[in-house]
Amino acid sequence: MAVDGIRFEVRKGEIFGFLGPNGAGKTTTMKMITCVSPRTSGALRVLGLDPDKNPAEIKGRLGVVPQETNLDPDFTCFGNLFSYSRYFDIPQEEAAKKADELLAFVQLQEKRDVAVEKLSGGMKRRLILARALVNNPDLLILDEPTIGLDPQARHLIWEKLRSLQAQGNTIVMSTHYLDEAARLCDRLVIMDNGKILVEGAPADLVKQHVGHEMVEVGKSAEVIACLRDLGIPFEETGDAIQIATDSSREIARILLEKCKPEKFTTRPATLEDVFLKLTGRTLRE
Amino acid sequence: MTMPSLLSVPRITRRAGKVWHRNMVVFIRTWQVNFFPPLVEALLYLFAIGLGIGSYVHDINGIPYVNFIAPAILAIAVMNSAFFECTYGSYVRMYYQKSFDAMIATPLSIEDVIAGELLWGATRSVIYVIIMLPVLAAFGVISLPLALFVIPFGFLGGLMFAGIAMCFTAISPGIDTLNYPSFLFITPMALFSGTFFPLTLMPVFLQYIAFAILPLTHLVAIMRMFTLPSFSWLILVHFAWMVVVTAFFCLLSINLMRRRLIV
Repeated sequence: MAVDGIRFEVRKGEIFGFLGPNGAGKTTTMKMITCVSPRTSGALRVLGLDPDKNPAEIKGRLGVVPQETNLDPDFTCFGNLFSYSRYFDIPQEEAAKKADELLAFVQLQEKRDVAVEKLSGGMKRRLILARALVNNPDLLILDEPTIGLDPQARHLIWEKLRSLQAQGNTIVMSTHYLDEAARLCDRLVIMDNGKILVEGAPADLVKQHVGHEMVEVGKSAEVIACLRDLGIPFEETGDAIQIATDSSREIARILLEKCKPEKFTTRPATLEDVFLKLTGRTLRE
Repeated sequence: MTMPSLLSVPRITRRAGKVWHRNMVVFIRTWQVNFFPPLVEALLYLFAIGLGIGSYVHDINGIPYVNFIAPAILAIAVMNSAFFECTYGSYVRMYYQKSFDAMIATPLSIEDVIAGELLWGATRSVIYVIIMLPVLAAFGVISLPLALFVIPFGFLGGLMFAGIAMCFTAISPGIDTLNYPSFLFITPMALFSGTFFPLTLMPVFLQYIAFAILPLTHLVAIMRMFTLPSFSWLILVHFAWMVVVTAFFCLLSINLMRRRLIV
């Protein structure tokens, strides 16, 4: 079973994120929303409709950005958008106009008549985003939209997603990048082993589960013993010790006075801290 | 949701036509590489086997040898074009290009997609027949206008081989394992289905086997009746056999593909 007893609701106009390690069930959840994978039980409504009964109607109003690049190599950039429009019954003239608009939106006008194999990874992802918009979807589903992209390309995708949200689009996305989720998502869930662990706004989750700040101390037996004596909760990671706190000054003062650490840094707590705390540090396949 | 059985009748909509249309657009755009092979193939068979072997054989039961093999050239083209389109062609679109995944993210269902692929495979067979007919007519080895009836039977035969091919595609673990049906099924069939020599030359039990399980036998027999022309009541048996087998494999292939792709 890939997902088990998950419950979530996406509100109109928000960006909703699915986070989780590999095999958590994110893609399966996405596939159920996009009417590809069947459910064994449970209720699911997408845009108010039942995926078992009205798949074509739902899919006609969705825009899907899959994890894998599945552009049609037999067509150009324009051809990909244009031929994809046909699957949605969009009249040819309208489809051609929309295709050019979308190429401009994702900044690929210059590649209009270029075969898709000639595109870079970032350009392909942008073209897939454009393809997901040919039918003016009510709901955009993105499965790891910036996977494998360089920072410039990621920022461009983020910018486009934000402008889509500003135009009133509802967006559901899964991602491995916690900074991406923290930046973009209004609300998100963290999944593991097919279950939802927490749900909420990124900032709230950080506050709730970690605190405001993190103090990182170089790992040594003395510091560990010292913290144990003081009764300060901490976590060991690789070569560092991490202390979650609401007041880094206070911790820093105590550390300097009592533990004599070689070096330490303080930083704001992030979604990554929440994620690792909830899903552990064990490597997933 | 319960898993439908392997022979349940799938819900196919007119959207299957959109998949067909996509393949047609690509085919026409690359027409140079698509129109040439059937022309060359027809000529090669005519010269090498028809005129080459034909100069020794002269006739079979009073029929000039070239005229005897002319319908076989058409039937083998029907078989090859649909079979290879729906094995290697469909496999590449399914597995390497992920085109089916892209399509089922739209209102198209997986049933629509596979039905479109099957129809396209059959259409490709018809296109090959239409390209080859004038060549054969020019050599005077088929009898017009009755020979034109091979076109609709080319479609039926194409659909039959498309369905069989798609079943292999649905169960093949990789693209390399598609070589097995090509060499163990298609190649022998091209030789032992009453194509280049009459079935009656084979031992009786082999004749029964050819008649019972080699689909090409029936297509060649029907096409030969129209190109010679020389009809017998057996045409009804051949036709019925093809209709049943076509329906069976087309249904089976769609259900197998759904099983493969919907997880």
